[in-house]
Amino acid sequence: MGDTRTEDDVLAAIERRRRRPHFKLMDEHITLSHGAGGKASRALLEALIVRELGNPVLAPLGDHAQLPPAGDLPLALTTDASVVAPIFFPGGDIGELAVNGAVNDLAMGGARPLYLSTSLILEEGLAVADLRRVVQSMAAAARAAGVVIAAGDTKVVERGKADGLYITTTGVGVIEHGRRLGPAQIRPGDRVLLSGTVGDHGMAIMLARGGLELEAALESDTAPLHELAQLLLTASEHVRCMRDPTRGGVATVLNELALAAEVAIVLDELSVPVRPEVTGACELLGIDPLYVANEGKLIAIVAPEDEQAALAALQSHPLGTSAAVVGEVRAEPPGMVVLETAFGGTRVVDMLAGDPLPRIC
Amino acid sequence: MKFVDEYRSGDVAAHVAEQIAALVEPRRRYKIMEVCGGHTHTIYKHGIEDLLPPEVELVHGPGCPVCVIPMGRQDDAIAIAERPGVIFTTFGDMLRVPASSGSLLDAKARGADVRMVYSPLDALRVARENPDREVVFFAIGFETTAPSTAVTLLRAREDRVRNFSVFANHVTIIPAIRAILGSPDLRLDGFIGPGHVSTVIGLKPYRWIARDHRKPVVVSGFEPLDILQSVYMILQQLAAGRSEVDNQYTRVVRPDGNPRALRAIAETMELRTTFEWRGLGFIAQSALKLRAEFADWDAEVRFDVPGIRVADPKACQCGEVLKGVIKPWECKVFGTACTPDRPIGTCMVSSEGACAAYYNFGRLTRRRNREPASV
Repeated sequence: MGDTRTEDDVLAAIERRRRRPHFKLMDEHITLSHGAGGKASRALLEALIVRELGNPVLAPLGDHAQLPPAGDLPLALTTDASVVAPIFFPGGDIGELAVNGAVNDLAMGGARPLYLSTSLILEEGLAVADLRRVVQSMAAAARAAGVVIAAGDTKVVERGKADGLYITTTGVGVIEHGRRLGPAQIRPGDRVLLSGTVGDHGMAIMLARGGLELEAALESDTAPLHELAQLLLTASEHVRCMRDPTRGGVATVLNELALAAEVAIVLDELSVPVRPEVTGACELLGIDPLYVANEGKLIAIVAPEDEQAALAALQSHPLGTSAAVVGEVRAEPPGMVVLETAFGGTRVVDMLAGDPLPRIC
Repeated sequence: MKFVDEYRSGDVAAHVAEQIAALVEPRRRYKIMEVCGGHTHTIYKHGIEDLLPPEVELVHGPGCPVCVIPMGRQDDAIAIAERPGVIFTTFGDMLRVPASSGSLLDAKARGADVRMVYSPLDALRVARENPDREVVFFAIGFETTAPSTAVTLLRAREDRVRNFSVFANHVTIIPAIRAILGSPDLRLDGFIGPGHVSTVIGLKPYRWIARDHRKPVVVSGFEPLDILQSVYMILQQLAAGRSEVDNQYTRVVRPDGNPRALRAIAETMELRTTFEWRGLGFIAQSALKLRAEFADWDAEVRFDVPGIRVADPKACQCGEVLKGVIKPWECKVFGTACTPDRPIGTCMVSSEGACAAYYNFGRLTRRRNREPASV
């Protein structure tokens, strides 16, 4: 064949390619893959949106931006769009999801959420009763999270130009902890904690969409995570980084962290909490729960000496009762997420290509 | 989860792995082909190679239904999907398969009404719900999925659903195995036989492999312990100098298969004289088309499909990968020009494709074996 590449050469070439900072956007049209949270989403973000809008505040691409302090304390800013279908689902609705989405993006950087603004895009023909129900649940979610919805806008588009109702929320919070949080703080030896079961939201939506003729008592886990995040920061001086594994699931978030921190993240399959109903539905549909969205879970990377304190703090809150240590950070192989399977083997957990699921958030 | 966890027990796996190691003759190399893409997926997903001694090599076979569809058929599918008034239904994996001008997903982005379904019966339901539209189902798969297409066709006829048709691309496994055994550049010691295909066709169709080619065949289930046990059963046969067709998947596979499913296939479909397989070329009597009685539900009859043969991209070595002649990483474009997010070949698209399975799950296994210190 005249080709003398070894397997290691090929793997090294793939790694170099995976870690190129700017993905190319080669597609001519937006496809559903661009919304799935995987590689195509990343390419869209980096090669188009950040390239056009780029500035130092946006550049870190965290869950929220840290704004230069206007007074004593730095402010946090984030924005989130919700396009879930159906708009009502077991465990929540699009309104609650929209508020919790912005609250959680603020909370993951340790910010205290203060204010939200929202814009509602309504499709002609939407039932007012449905809209009222959604807005009432936004109000309830805002009260629960201690934020004020302080500004908003409403637009109506013709029938067929939107799917019932889309909501965007923008959130502002204040950062009081004065610590450095983020992938740059992650070190080999750190522990990976997960606040509860994975895949509940995504699978609940999947089943709620019907057509699969699968029935299971599954509810979305949508919840505000600011209290959990605060408990964690109080319990441990050495929280390195927090993330909420929404679109793309735990696997995608851990890949982002491993790439950004140039470390390996090694997961232990047996310790990742998954509800049996989620495992069952995922098995049937050929989906890996590690890639399924969550809306009320957080991943925390903490220093090894704080592992037990951090775990106890998570488990002390109703949203963290099934929290677990699911893995650890190692030096090799950098930029990769590896799973030690229950079976005794090892495999790669890569970022997702394409879209395994319909609109879920 | 009940009836899943039992087949994934690490403790039992370690025990079987010990027994496998005890059967291996020093310095003998064993090449075992898993025919079915579902097995390839399981092998990589659970890291089964880590439990096998280095003497035992698993070679990935042609049984990935997405992988074997030639580009010309994918072009035909897109041509049908882009006709005005058509709702084109397909299994999710086919959405991203590259054709001459993009994939079905690209066609959808250009405006075609392409919908993912989990079963042909779902496609029939879409047809009932949209009586003013033409609903086409893109039927792919081996004998595993052909019965559900057959049942759907029978129901469409019984209920007189006139706006429904099937674009049939069903293939049969035995001619593909025959092509592989005829390949001069591959020496195999045994086969892990396809479990779900065998639930339909039974065990008899494999007998010639054991008899004429002296290769053990063990029909296997899809959980990791199933595959590990099947490797053990093949090594047992080799150690005893036997070559037989054995059934590891006794909880599902009956020796005679499923006569009702076979009848449904025979009632609705018949063998094509020849069919092109991606990378393998034309193989005689290797695929199914609808019988003339079902012409009203045959998309190839109802629509003008281009039906043009399109050569595989030059760089693509899917054929060699499908035949097990090369490992995925040995393909010239693997992981560089051809990746899961921008695939050139079908083997990189399907979750059952050897290249996708190796890229997504297996990139580490061998590195780990060579450098036990890391990870």
